[in-house]
Amino acid sequence: MAPAALRRRLNWQLAEVLSVTTETPTARRLRLAVHDWAGHAAGQHVDVRLTAPDGYTAQRSYSIASPPQAPHLDLVVERLENGEVSEYLTEELRSGDLLELRGPIGGYFVWPATAAGPVQLIAGGSGVVPFLSMLGHHRATRSEIQVRLLYSARTEADLIGTGELAGPGISTTLTLTRAVPPGWEGLRRRVDVTMLAEHTLAPERSPLVFVCGPTAFVETVAAGMLSLGHDQSRIKTERFGATGGP
Amino acid sequence: MSTPPNPPDRRLDINAAAGPLAELFAVDLTLATVQCDGCSNTTDLARYDVYADGPGLVIRCQGCDHVVLRYSTAGGRLRLDMTGTRLLVIPGG
Repeated sequence: MAPAALRRRLNWQLAEVLSVTTETPTARRLRLAVHDWAGHAAGQHVDVRLTAPDGYTAQRSYSIASPPQAPHLDLVVERLENGEVSEYLTEELRSGDLLELRGPIGGYFVWPATAAGPVQLIAGGSGVVPFLSMLGHHRATRSEIQVRLLYSARTEADLIGTGELAGPGISTTLTLTRAVPPGWEGLRRRVDVTMLAEHTLAPERSPLVFVCGPTAFVETVAAGMLSLGHDQSRIKTERFGATGGP
Repeated sequence: MSTPPNPPDRRLDINAAAGPLAELFAVDLTLATVQCDGCSNTTDLARYDVYADGPGLVIRCQGCDHVVLRYSTAGGRLRLDMTGTRLLVIPGG
């Protein structure tokens, strides 16, 4: 990212909701139009702020699901138990509504298609969202870089972005932790070191490794990748707390 | 045993601090390197633990748990305490 881009002050701006669609039983995809959007890198997020009539505000961070090339901004929001912001965004929000957001934020957990070497993505639950942007960016730039995704979700119905996980040079392994449908050909257990050894790029390939999901998931995976011999400097993590687990 | 002060699931990465800190900093701190004043270790701010669910934002060293940064916007005032940071380096100058 150019130094000039680093020195842009972030302000809250209004986005118009173009559509709200059902991504999974608990997640909605918000398609937004943002006037004068500064553009984003694959993997970045935005903060969303809600203001109640009495002035009370609450804000949360959501990863951007759409690639930089898309004409709109997609967020995927998972409804959390007692989540005051996620409940509003998934249940109340309608197309035509305005939403306050600031971004794009964070130049660390990003994948510029120009980065050298293969890429290993490892997602737990809605931790796949920033990877949807990276995979879309990979397809849009016709990148020849090898990308592997290991994605863990509770059930098949909980899988986010199922139509966006493939492409030339992209290989995806799915694992379900709670229930598998008849004829399921993917894996069927929690991610462990054995699974990482068998279904991710070997450390000898020096892949750039991105791990995103609930805190416990990310820390388990990051420790597993370190134990397999991956260099810590090649592992980037994005922990999002206790909620929304795989 | 009482509840530990920092239950493991509360730990987040620097991205969670980037939006709030952008209220004060015009540069992207997610790319910064920080030397911890507690143990003198120097590493990417992305390798520190962020706690964002309290009244303020707290960033701790993964090695010695020392607080390197506290930030709060309570009461309409921005407060920044970086006594735990010996040196902050940001690329792209």
